[in-house]
Amino acid sequence: MRNGEAVIEVRGMTKRFDELTAVDHVDLTVRAGEIYGFLGPNGSGKTTFLRMLCGLLRADDGNGQVLGHDVIAESEAIKREVGYMTQRFSFWEDLSIEENLDFVARIYGVKNRQAAVRQSLDELGLTQRKTQLAGQLSGGWKQRLALAACLIHRPKLLLLDEPTAGVDPKARRDFWEEIHQLAAEGLTFLITTHYMDEAERCQRLAYISKGKLLADGTVDEVISRVGLTTWSVRGPDLSQLADQLRETRGVQQAVAFGNSLHVSSNNASELEHAIAPFRHEPYQWQQIPSGLEDAFISLMDDGKS
Amino acid sequence: MKRHPKFSFQRLVGIISKEFLQMRRDRLTFAMMLGIPLIQLTLFGYAINSDPRHLPAAVLLADQGAQGRTLLYAMKNSTYFDFVREVKTEAEGYNLLARGQVQFVINIPQNFSRDLLRGDRPALLVEADATDPAATGIALGSLPPLFDAALQNDLKGPLASLSSTSGPIDLRVHALYNPEVVTQYNIVPGLMGVILTMTMVMITGLAITRERERGTMENLLSMPTRPSEVLVGKIVPYILVGYIQVSVILIAARFLFHVPMQGSILLLLLVAFVFIVANLAMGITFSTIAKNQLQAVQMAFFVFLPSILLSGFMFPFRGMPHWAQVIGEAFPLTHFLRIVRGILLKGNGLIDVSLQLWQIALFALIVLAIAVKRYRQTLD
Repeated sequence: MRNGEAVIEVRGMTKRFDELTAVDHVDLTVRAGEIYGFLGPNGSGKTTFLRMLCGLLRADDGNGQVLGHDVIAESEAIKREVGYMTQRFSFWEDLSIEENLDFVARIYGVKNRQAAVRQSLDELGLTQRKTQLAGQLSGGWKQRLALAACLIHRPKLLLLDEPTAGVDPKARRDFWEEIHQLAAEGLTFLITTHYMDEAERCQRLAYISKGKLLADGTVDEVISRVGLTTWSVRGPDLSQLADQLRETRGVQQAVAFGNSLHVSSNNASELEHAIAPFRHEPYQWQQIPSGLEDAFISLMDDGKS
Repeated sequence: MKRHPKFSFQRLVGIISKEFLQMRRDRLTFAMMLGIPLIQLTLFGYAINSDPRHLPAAVLLADQGAQGRTLLYAMKNSTYFDFVREVKTEAEGYNLLARGQVQFVINIPQNFSRDLLRGDRPALLVEADATDPAATGIALGSLPPLFDAALQNDLKGPLASLSSTSGPIDLRVHALYNPEVVTQYNIVPGLMGVILTMTMVMITGLAITRERERGTMENLLSMPTRPSEVLVGKIVPYILVGYIQVSVILIAARFLFHVPMQGSILLLLLVAFVFIVANLAMGITFSTIAKNQLQAVQMAFFVFLPSILLSGFMFPFRGMPHWAQVIGEAFPLTHFLRIVRGILLKGNGLIDVSLQLWQIALFALIVLAIAVKRYRQTLD
């Protein structure tokens, strides 16, 4: 699959659970070699969407292709070429690292199985611990094992469901370096996450809330699409100021970022008017470009109303 | 789209070896697999007696006189015996006994009435299938007073002296297959079926619900596995466990309880395969229906209890009311008990046991078909 070619191209994907529409007509295109971030609050339908892509859930509506196979009818073929890493660790805790990898390799019919398992252990730096039971591993090591197992059959597309939840910052950084390395080799990633810093590492993003896709594109595209104007303010007693600003008409959000407060709205003139009474000593005001987090908080608030 | 073979042997081997590894890690369950047969064997020293009536009997009547018939009527009226067949030769009678079609063969020899009236104390032979002593004991015990009472009318007046102390006839009982009438001879082979039912249904009952509860099912389903591969892969390792249990019980039966082994042990091992698979298949079917491990255990008990009560293990099968026998026929254990007792105590061969065997095999096939149909390939 050449870079730029669509690896995932689905339209109108819908999944209903009784009354609840978990995923509501979501369109998504992911191109080969891309790291695509899939963001949204808890329960927004991210996991359900990934499960539909790899045939774990039957879609109620929608069509399209994944790796050239029909997303509805050819889930068996999709499973063979996709690596899916579940949100909760789902390998066998009473098997050792090596036994888990060996089992997965057998199921996928990997050629030269033993060599493949050995190589996978080496690449991920797990060789020393191969006889350790998976259940005894720490969060970071479990995640490394899960990634190794997902890669052992050389998939073309990886679906990772909140892969770094509960993993320490160092392990998270190593993990993302690994992802970028693999993407450079031609692998395509669709990754769900809560973390803004992770979202910014993705080449393109989609934001989903209550089953609906609210925005997608590159980081800059998503930010400009939300169309926020943001002011940063520094000074004493910012939390008191934030409370006052939230009461003020024309201010959509006032969010603390360390020592400053980000005040935003998608109506620039209204916002300027609203903050005018507060623009005096000891506060220092400055207009700044809106960040991804500002944009997402705005989307999340819109999604609620 | 490229065609892929439906069933992959390699994937099957993968699942089997994974199950073996997990079995090895789960020491407690494995210990129970071995412990249950030993505990049950030591606990079940006693049988539960009951009073079975209407036991099927065949008659070999060579006598022409009236007294022979009088005795048969008396036996029939006692309600212990139902005469279902008349046989012409002793061999024919043995055949019926061996297959379990009758419980008794009553042999009234030629000139029985004449000899009786002459005061010669003629012999009356009762051949009983004593594999289950509880089933025959009471009926046989009722015979001497029954015969005395029946002949009271015939032996009056000058003949009254004949019904004296030693009795007018020479009643000979042959307790076939279990001549010493030892209860353990019946219970111990039966335990083999009971233990296999209990452990095999339970262990596979947990097989799929456990994957679901631990969250590993999502992983297994996201891989290209077929239902038949998963189901068969989860059954195969436990066949070996079943055989370990069979061996433990056979060794205990031979050396601890001195159960006679008339038939071919090889045949028994062969038949055990069908029975083990039937129970494992039943367990895995429960596993596809139950929502969690607790439900699977409950379903296993739901089958286990009536199996043990209605199969002829606890109570003599023929002592049960008709409706209970009909239900009992549905359980594989019922048929397996007949086979094990038949092989060990009666020396039954393949043709004798095939009458029961095909019913177990049919059960296994039906249950497995349900499992394949019920196995969900998605998380819906």
